[in-house]
Amino acid sequence: MRLEMDSLSENEEFARVVVAVFFSRLNPTLEEIDDVKTAVSEAVTNAVIHGYQGKEGIITVRASICGRELTVEVADRGTGIADVKKAMEPMFTTDPSGERSGMGFSFMEAFMDEVTVVSAPGEGTAVTMKKRAGE
Amino acid sequence: MSKETFTYEARGQILIIHLPRELDHHNCRNLRYETDLLLSENYINKVIFDFSRTEFMDSSGIGVLLNRYKQMAGSGGSVAICGAGAQVKRILNMGGVCRLIKNFDTKEAAIAG
Repeated sequence: MRLEMDSLSENEEFARVVVAVFFSRLNPTLEEIDDVKTAVSEAVTNAVIHGYQGKEGIITVRASICGRELTVEVADRGTGIADVKKAMEPMFTTDPSGERSGMGFSFMEAFMDEVTVVSAPGEGTAVTMKKRAGE
Repeated sequence: MSKETFTYEARGQILIIHLPRELDHHNCRNLRYETDLLLSENYINKVIFDFSRTEFMDSSGIGVLLNRYKQMAGSGGSVAICGAGAQVKRILNMGGVCRLIKNFDTKEAAIAG
């Protein structure tokens, strides 16, 4: 499955629902569906807020299933992250408003079985996450 | 009441914020502006977040709650939560919110508590 969409906050809900429906063919529990929805929501929100900083851009969501495992990738061609390790620290945020908790990556790691982040400044960010159903 | 937006209810010095069905970055965008306006124009010493309609929340909701908590604590007020379902409770626990903000089953209990 491949979904290309504009970097708009309205699309955060659309993306998480599409991936949740795709994942549902593995007959996961409701809790597992919520886990995937939350993680996808965090990744897409990062792309909208940090990747494109509210400007125009394309976010690509790819998902595949292998056996009982979902792999989902959320990618942008935006700002990128200079220090991925730092960005993944709990409560780390670059947002000056104080409204962002800095827990996006922590939630992705908590709710998914595996999270990999590849990023380079000026080139964008790709977050790949795996989730096994029924374990 | 709309499912997609926040609705606000004033009960004396208590402000009750009824949250939408999905509480994410998109839906949280106007909350700060709206609550800041309400808090500046009214004497409010307690803010209650009513989650009874909310089926989904991500870390955007945590940011909003923690910021209101800091804001209210700074002026000697308090913040409470009511009506949280299973998904919301998991997120609140993981975000460490439950240690700071009291969680009640019903709106009435939150008002009394």
